[in-house]
Amino acid sequence: MTREEKRNLFKGLLFTSPWLIGISVFIIYPFIASCYYSFCYYSVLQPPRFIGLLNYKDLFTDPIFWKSLWNTFYYAAFMIPLGFVMCLGLAMLLNTKVRGMAFYRLIFFIPSLVPMVAGSILWMWIFNGEYGLLNNFLTKIGIPNPPNWLMDVNFAKPAIIIMSLWALGQTIVIYLASLQDVPVSFLEVAELDGANWFGKLRHVTIPMISPVIYFNVVMGIIASFQVFAQAYIMTGGGPQRSTTFYTLYLYQTAFEDFRMGYASAMAWILFIIILILTLLVTHFSRERVYYHGG
Amino acid sequence: MLEKKNIKLFIHAALICCSIIFIIPFAWVLVTSLKPVEQTMTIPPVWVPRTYYVQVEGRQVEVKKGIVTNEPGVIATVKEGPRRGERIFVSKSQLKENRALLQVQVADRIFEDHYDIEVEKEVGAGWVQVIGKTTTQYAKAESFWTFVLPQAITEKIKFWWSNYLRVFDKIPFLTYAKNTLIVCILGVIGTTFTSALVAYGFARIQWPGRNFIFTLTLATMMIPFAVVMVPLYAVFKKLGWIGTLQPLWVPYAFGAAFNIFLLRQFFMTIPLDLTDAARVDGCSELGIFFRIILPLSKPALAVVALFHFLYAWNDFMGPLIYLTDKETYTLSLGLQVFQSQHGGTEWHLLMAASAMVILPILIMFFFAQKTFIQGVTLTGLKG
Repeated sequence: MTREEKRNLFKGLLFTSPWLIGISVFIIYPFIASCYYSFCYYSVLQPPRFIGLLNYKDLFTDPIFWKSLWNTFYYAAFMIPLGFVMCLGLAMLLNTKVRGMAFYRLIFFIPSLVPMVAGSILWMWIFNGEYGLLNNFLTKIGIPNPPNWLMDVNFAKPAIIIMSLWALGQTIVIYLASLQDVPVSFLEVAELDGANWFGKLRHVTIPMISPVIYFNVVMGIIASFQVFAQAYIMTGGGPQRSTTFYTLYLYQTAFEDFRMGYASAMAWILFIIILILTLLVTHFSRERVYYHGG
Repeated sequence: MLEKKNIKLFIHAALICCSIIFIIPFAWVLVTSLKPVEQTMTIPPVWVPRTYYVQVEGRQVEVKKGIVTNEPGVIATVKEGPRRGERIFVSKSQLKENRALLQVQVADRIFEDHYDIEVEKEVGAGWVQVIGKTTTQYAKAESFWTFVLPQAITEKIKFWWSNYLRVFDKIPFLTYAKNTLIVCILGVIGTTFTSALVAYGFARIQWPGRNFIFTLTLATMMIPFAVVMVPLYAVFKKLGWIGTLQPLWVPYAFGAAFNIFLLRQFFMTIPLDLTDAARVDGCSELGIFFRIILPLSKPALAVVALFHFLYAWNDFMGPLIYLTDKETYTLSLGLQVFQSQHGGTEWHLLMAASAMVILPILIMFFFAQKTFIQGVTLTGLKG
C-alpha cells in the first residue's frame, strides 16, 4: 500500500467512522443477537438460556402464529394489488394535464403525512358502528345493515385495508413522476401504429414504468409485514385475533409477555419470509422489468 | 372534438369524486373537534356544530339538547324510597295515579317497584329535554333540565373552539409536544450532519473496503425494524436508556442507511473538477466538505432533514417500546394513551387533540411543498 493509499484509507475510515459504529451497534449486533436469542429462553430480566430449537418448534404449533401469518398475507394480498390499481389509476388521471393538477396532487398526498396514530383514531371514528360517518352514508344509499367494521371478525381487516389505502399518497406521487418520464414520442408512435388507450398502457406505459412498479411491490411486501400501529390502536388485534398481524403479535410476545426469545424466533422467520418474497418478485420480474438506458 | 371534451369532463369528475373521498376524513375531524360531546353522537350526523337557546324566566339561556320523549309523561320528584328527592321523567306507561314504576338499586341488585311521586309538569310526546345552567333568584349557576316543545328551542351555528383548550386540561399536551420536538430536532441535526459526512466518505474518497461497506449499508435497509427490536431493547436497557428519549434520537445521530445512500447519490453528481481545484489550492478534505459539498447539496440535505422530522414526529412503535413514563411521552404515544382511556366517549376532544398533532405537519408541508414532493419522487425513482 502506498502512502497515498494509506492516507485515503485513513480519511475514508475517519469520515465513515460514525456510521461504522452505528451500523455495528444498532444494526449488525442486534441482527446477530436476535438470531442467537431465537434459540434461547430470554425474558430480559435474566440472561438468555440456550434451549435449542424449542422456540421454533413451539411456533409451528402456535395457532396464533399461523393466524397472524394468515392475517398478514390476507392484508398483503389485497393491499398490494388494490394499492397498485388505485395509485396508478389516480396518477394517470393526474397525468392528463388537467387544470388544477397541482391541487389534486396535494389532496391525494396529504393523508400520507398524517401521523399513523392520528390517522387511526380518525378512522376509528369514521368506522364507528353507531355514529360513524361511513355507516351513515351506507344506510343513506340503501344498505340496510352495514357491518360494525372494527368489531366484526369479517370486516376488521378490510377496514384496516381501506384506511391504509387512504394513506398511500406517496406512492401516487411516485407513479405520477414516473409517468411524466415516459417519452411522449413512444406513445405517439404507438398511436400511429393504431394502439388504443389500453394498448398504449399495456405495451408502452407499463413497461416503461416497470422499475417503479417493481420497487413499489417490494416496498409493499415489506410494509405489509410491518403493519402495526393501525391494528394496535384501532382493534388491539381483535376481534378474535382477526387483526393480529405478524408484527403486532411479535410486539405482544416481546413486550407484553416478555418472551423475547420466542419473539426473536418470530423476527427471524419474518426476515426469511421477506427475503424469499423479495427474491421471488425479483426473479419473476427479471424479464419483465425494463431499465431504460441501463 | 366533442369526444375529447367529454373525456376531459369525465377526468375532472373522477378527480373531484376521488378528492372528496380523500379529504372527507379531515373535514370530519375538524367538524367533530368543534362540537360539544352530545352533538358528536347524533343520527344522522350533523355537519355544522350548533348551540341551542330556550327562554327561562324571560331570559335566553344556552342549553344542550338531551333525550326526546317518545310518549307523554311527567316531570316529577320522588317522594319516598332510596331515590327520594330525585327529579325524574316518568312516561305515562310507568305512571299509576301518583305512583311511578322505578328501578332501584340495593347493593348490586336492581329492583322494580312503585313509589310516590310529586308531579311538577306534564310533558307530551316529541318534547325535547334541554339541559343548561342559569342564575335563578335562589342560586347562582344552578344546573337544570326540563322538557320543552321543539319549537321553543332556537339554534345558532357555533364552533366550540374551547374544545381545543380543554385538551390541555386532559393531557399534558405541551410536555408531549416538547418531548416530540426534542426527539425531532436532535434527530434531524444528528442524522443530517452525520449522514452527509459518511456519504462524503463513500462518494468522494477512494479507499479499500469502501464498496464492501457501502453494499453492506444498502443490504441493511432490507432488515425490518421488528427483527432488531428485541436486542436493541436489551442494548438500551443495558445503557440505562429505557424511559428516556435517547433511544429515539441517538442511534440516528450515527447516520441512517437510507439517508447515506440518498446523499451519496447526490454528492456523486457534483463535478469532480470543483473539488479537485480546491484540493490543488491546499484545501483539506473537511474544508471541501464544508465549503463546497454542503452548500451545493442544500436540496438533498433539506429532503433528508424533512423526512427525518416527519418520521420522528409520526413514529409510534419506538416511543411505545422505549418510553415508560408519562413525563417523556411523545405526541403520538400521548395521543394513543388518551384514546385508550377516553375513546368511545369524548370523541370531540380526541379529534381536537388529533387535529393538533396533524396541524404542524400540514403547516410544514405548505411551506416546504416542493421539498416534500421532490423527496418522495427521489426516493421512489432512485430506489
